[in-house]
Amino acid sequence: MSIVTVQLGQCGNQIGHEVFNAICSDIRGTHGLCSKKENESYHDACKERFFSEEESEVPVARAVLVDMEPKVISQTLSIAARSGYWKYDDRSHFCQKQGSGNNWANGYSVHGPRHKEAIMNLVQKEAEKCDRLGGFFTIMSMAGGTGSGLGAFVTQCLRDTFPTSFILNHVIWPYGTGEVIVQNYNSVLTLSHLYQSSDALLVHENDVIHKICAQLMNIKQISFRDVNQVIAHQLGSVFQPTYTAEGGLHYSRNPLGDLMEMLVPHPEFKMLGLRNIPQMPENSLAYSTFSWPGLIKHLRQMLIANAKMEEGIDWQVRPPRLGSSIPSSHSTNKPLHFNTSVANLVILRGKDTHSVDLGSFQDPSLYTSWLNPRDAFNAWKTPRAFNKYEKSASLVSNSQFLLKPLDNVVGKAWNMFASKAYIHQYTKFGIEEEDFLDSFTALEQVISSYSIL
Amino acid sequence: PVSLPFAVGQCGNQVGCRFWDLALREHAAVNKKGIYDEALSSFFRNVDTRSGDDGPDIHKGKICSLKARALLIDMEEGVVNEILQGPLRDVFDGKQLITDVSGSGNNWAVGHKLYGYQYRENIVEKLRKTAEHCDCLQCFFIIHSMGGGTGSGLGTFVLKLLEEEFPEVHRFVTSVYPSGEDDVITSPYNSVLAMKELNEHADCVLPIENESLFDIVNKIHRMINSGKLGSTVKQNSVVTSSAGSAKTVQEKPFDAMNNIVANLLLNLTSSARFEGSLNMDLNEISMNLVPFPRLHYLVSSLTPLYTLADVNVPSRRLDQMFSDAFSRDHQLIQADPKHSLYLACALLVRGNVQVSDLRRNIERLKPSLHFVSWNQEGWKTGLCSVPPVGHSHSLLALANNTCVKPTFIELKDRFMKLYKKKAHLHHYLHIDGMEQSCFSEAISSLSDLIEEYNELDATTGGLRTDPSRLKIAV
Repeated sequence: MSIVTVQLGQCGNQIGHEVFNAICSDIRGTHGLCSKKENESYHDACKERFFSEEESEVPVARAVLVDMEPKVISQTLSIAARSGYWKYDDRSHFCQKQGSGNNWANGYSVHGPRHKEAIMNLVQKEAEKCDRLGGFFTIMSMAGGTGSGLGAFVTQCLRDTFPTSFILNHVIWPYGTGEVIVQNYNSVLTLSHLYQSSDALLVHENDVIHKICAQLMNIKQISFRDVNQVIAHQLGSVFQPTYTAEGGLHYSRNPLGDLMEMLVPHPEFKMLGLRNIPQMPENSLAYSTFSWPGLIKHLRQMLIANAKMEEGIDWQVRPPRLGSSIPSSHSTNKPLHFNTSVANLVILRGKDTHSVDLGSFQDPSLYTSWLNPRDAFNAWKTPRAFNKYEKSASLVSNSQFLLKPLDNVVGKAWNMFASKAYIHQYTKFGIEEEDFLDSFTALEQVISSYSIL
Repeated sequence: PVSLPFAVGQCGNQVGCRFWDLALREHAAVNKKGIYDEALSSFFRNVDTRSGDDGPDIHKGKICSLKARALLIDMEEGVVNEILQGPLRDVFDGKQLITDVSGSGNNWAVGHKLYGYQYRENIVEKLRKTAEHCDCLQCFFIIHSMGGGTGSGLGTFVLKLLEEEFPEVHRFVTSVYPSGEDDVITSPYNSVLAMKELNEHADCVLPIENESLFDIVNKIHRMINSGKLGSTVKQNSVVTSSAGSAKTVQEKPFDAMNNIVANLLLNLTSSARFEGSLNMDLNEISMNLVPFPRLHYLVSSLTPLYTLADVNVPSRRLDQMFSDAFSRDHQLIQADPKHSLYLACALLVRGNVQVSDLRRNIERLKPSLHFVSWNQEGWKTGLCSVPPVGHSHSLLALANNTCVKPTFIELKDRFMKLYKKKAHLHHYLHIDGMEQSCFSEAISSLSDLIEEYNELDATTGGLRTDPSRLKIAV
């Protein structure tokens, strides 16, 4: 099955480009560390998922590029084509000239309806190119106007036009100290709307990835490109082909569907966080060896202690003993800073994945009480190494990972809303105070639900 | 996206002239192949002049003849004529000019009511024509001074007109405010009358004071002459210099000052024209920096004012650039933002500067700045890859800060000094359409604006509790 990617706004297009780059570079590499047959299977599965074979020498990404100003798309198309290894379909993009002005209302209420037909035509064309459509992957930032506002509108259109397809939104959480002053408003409006039409939101926080670049990748002058490349690597580690069942004979045909089924048992809980280890500069890879027990131990502690990266993990945090009376802030038995999960998915790639013991992730104390831990935890594996990492472990988690960031954004937005600052910029385009209140209410509900896990 | 500048009055046109010159120089430096590209189309049309000046526009391919997208308006001919006889003469054609001979006599009423009425249709027609050539009109710029008659009066008339004809296009105004020692006695009247129009019809105003420009020019000359910088400073990279541009005539004293304003406009629009990792359009500037409709006056500061010979500038120097942007020496108006309240702040960076440099400096500078309680992290940032000519990087900071209040209070005082004695009022009142109420409404508008800033200032200090969040029934 194939996934159609929709790249929205500057951020969406910049990241999308790095994702296809990472995927292409991975399948081109000879560091698969597995049999030739395995490698070929992987290669074919990946191609079917992300690229179409047209009368072109290089694979063509299954993607639609959307932006309200032309510069980024124009750059993205040309850089991809120049790589010589893959490209976008020259006709599969839509752009305008004037941008959205960081105004969610402009993106959602003006550009959305105005350009709906043109954009959905492009999506339809890409969908038709697929033998079997596995769903949509949209990439956007919450902070600006196009990715956020137009992105929310397009997601709604996707839901209306393809009611039974899976939709996964990849959402970029902006830096806490501004890229955009009205980013918290735009974020609140985006998240509340996406929650209605999307199946799940997979989140990357700029602050976190920035730290990874600084502390793990040792990059001195970190650029957005560096940040985007780390994000692309992490996404690749999730979406490249895997076997979803033990002893599976072929690579999973339905990655998005499987993901949703395993991680989103209840529509109130759609916020997914992503962790990937190890992460290091490429030139250190040759000198490093990893053990699966070590990696699994770290990954599990990162889950429990809500660590954003492999450094600075708080080893003091322990899961509660079920039935004990440890005081906590809620009426459950979970101690204060323990990260409770709804569901978790671990993805292992590389050498000796078949022998890895994942029992520690099935510990019932990690999970909220209303799910059977056997259902709450799943593992995907492949012996084929990813992106030059001999061993790579990813965790996609539906847990309290994003509770604090969400609470922060809602808090700041509410604070600004109380003073009515900038509201006139939104009402100008038809988003009224009531719409804001509806969004706030929806998100407070999500916060509350995750809080009492 | 297209930006359409209107230069109105003597000051406006002198600055405008420097602006076109520098814009051409900037694009020439970036655009080596002579292809008419998206960046050029922001400010210039590409016209096929083989069959005469009225040829069709060429939208792609080689540059044939570049024509500025602009309207030059002046009620005296001197400045505009000079432009048309100078090296920029081929960049404009007769259809973009609106001139008269007798001037406005430093009288806002003459500019606004008399000439406004007289030239209204002419202006609208030329405006529509110019707009027709624009693929996507994103914003209008008005460049003018506040203290005279044409720039002030007719300039604000044009502003009103733009709102009526193209209500969705953003209106940016670069206004040169008169100083206390201005030799035009009635400049307070003209300025306050113009302020009312700016309050009501502008999306964003960048106030500029000659005193600040003068100080900057002096500072640069002192640094160059003192020899302290030695061979590390390249003469023709000085922000005030027109060396390397089309101008060959001996520089007049205001030229260096006008160059600074021209650079401001270039930097303001750079991210809309050139690519970068975090683009910033002009629409985004007014969206992020104007929290309440009337509080749209932005303090601007530019750095660096000269460049250093090193291309790979070490972080320390880069950080110095950020510090300078928050130093009063680099501001284009006399104000004290550090001791007042920031409502919002934008940083437009050009050149080889990455997001980590931005973040490091924001973290460093934040503690010394006071931000309003509902916008504690209120920064809007942009990264444009293309630096200005002769520089490896540059920074334009725009601040919406209550420090503009004293400037407005002073203006109000100077106005009242004249108004109480009814000095020179008859020159205004005998113009058709001018009444005493125009004056009282104008001063009232200014007072209201000052009061809005007062209310915000009053929120500083004292205990602040965050508003309580919505409660959800579990």
